[in-house]
Amino acid sequence: MKELRLRVDPVFCDGHGICAELLPELIRLDDWGYPIISGEPFPASLLDKVRRTITACPVLALRIERLDQKQKAS
Amino acid sequence: MAITGTIERAGLIGRGGAGFPTATKFRAVAATRRRPVVLVNGGEGEPTSRKDALLLERAPHLVIDGALLAAAAVGADEIVLGIKIVTGAARRAVEQAIAERHRDEPTAPRLRVLDVPNRYLAGEERALVNLANRGRAIPPAGTSRPFEKGIDGRPTLVQNVETLAHLALIHRNGPDWFRSVGTHEMPGTTLLTVGGAVARRSVYEVNVGAPFTELLRAAGGRTDEIGAVMIGGYSGTWLSPDEALGVCMERSSLASVGGNLGCGAVWVLPATACGIRETAATMRWLSMQTAGQCGPCVFGLESISNLTGELQEGTAGRGALEQLLKWASDIDGRGACRYPDGAIRLLRSALTTFAADAYDHARGHPCPGARRPITLPLPEIRNAA
Repeated sequence: MKELRLRVDPVFCDGHGICAELLPELIRLDDWGYPIISGEPFPASLLDKVRRTITACPVLALRIERLDQKQKAS
Repeated sequence: MAITGTIERAGLIGRGGAGFPTATKFRAVAATRRRPVVLVNGGEGEPTSRKDALLLERAPHLVIDGALLAAAAVGADEIVLGIKIVTGAARRAVEQAIAERHRDEPTAPRLRVLDVPNRYLAGEERALVNLANRGRAIPPAGTSRPFEKGIDGRPTLVQNVETLAHLALIHRNGPDWFRSVGTHEMPGTTLLTVGGAVARRSVYEVNVGAPFTELLRAAGGRTDEIGAVMIGGYSGTWLSPDEALGVCMERSSLASVGGNLGCGAVWVLPATACGIRETAATMRWLSMQTAGQCGPCVFGLESISNLTGELQEGTAGRGALEQLLKWASDIDGRGACRYPDGAIRLLRSALTTFAADAYDHARGHPCPGARRPITLPLPEIRNAA
């Protein structure tokens, strides 16, 4: 079973903030307009929405991280 | 691989600040498929630390011995020595030592110097690799790890200067000799840079686990009543005098008071100085030293720096302390490197250690020390407002 997490590359991210509007379930903005993303695995039911958000990012700073349960343990 | 086994039996832990087991790093690099490079990390961007520069200046051949052993252990054919450009004496000593090696041991791996700019972040592992590859001493985007993909895309073993010196001595004297001092978890001695209100500011070699009081004695004692002690430099923690006087220079003892050894820099703040002022100046400097890449770090540290500056002046208002703690937790872990995390560790410890003073500042009553000159070494800031 893979766990899915949403990650942002903070170097690429310019704080456009579109992601937080599209995906408030996982993303809120800090006081400077940059996304604070939940570090918890997200449910598969959100996958389509997550993918749409990733595509909508103007600088493509978002990605999905897939982690095996056993990888997580190491 | 015999060398890797030896340092594993010696229990050598890296002395660069992260406290990582050296043998584990060696194995990770040796297990890769391409020919690795050894990168000696003499970046030492922390202004309160100068143990690596001193070691390079006084014992360059010992560090090179360690680097050659490391290269042999992982099968590297090239050694890059990253030396902070401002430490002229260290650089000259290293260049002379390299010339002697190339003259006497023509078959040894090639040694070359990489000039490292005097920036806080330049000693960060990924920043140093990026400097070697692209001439910019800032952490690159992405998630590349030097031990897999470092200099010229090759697996790169990055080792702190002091760690390599220990490695050379372990090779000469054996793991049991190394383990005869220090703690079980971190055997050996360690180099600590002691500054501030002590009689003799210098670098001291102590057994890991030595009491802080012993270090203080070695430095000739305090020259003033102690207000607080910063351990681990500008990504470290402020300890109260009571905490510092009861602590030993090793992980678990320091952890019990919320601290860590980090790069081994120790700064004794006199009681006459204002901890809030020192912290405000440090936050200002740290906000100027970011790589300028990650929003939460660039803007977060700027906001924190501005507000701690107002706190120092007594104009920040009563909500300032809560606001600072909120921003600290907001930016925690959100940079491409650990830089912002270190800055807020120091901030949080300041708000705890100087809590009573911080409260008075927030209520508009800065202490008398708030107008005195800054004691910490903060290049470019000096004593400007």
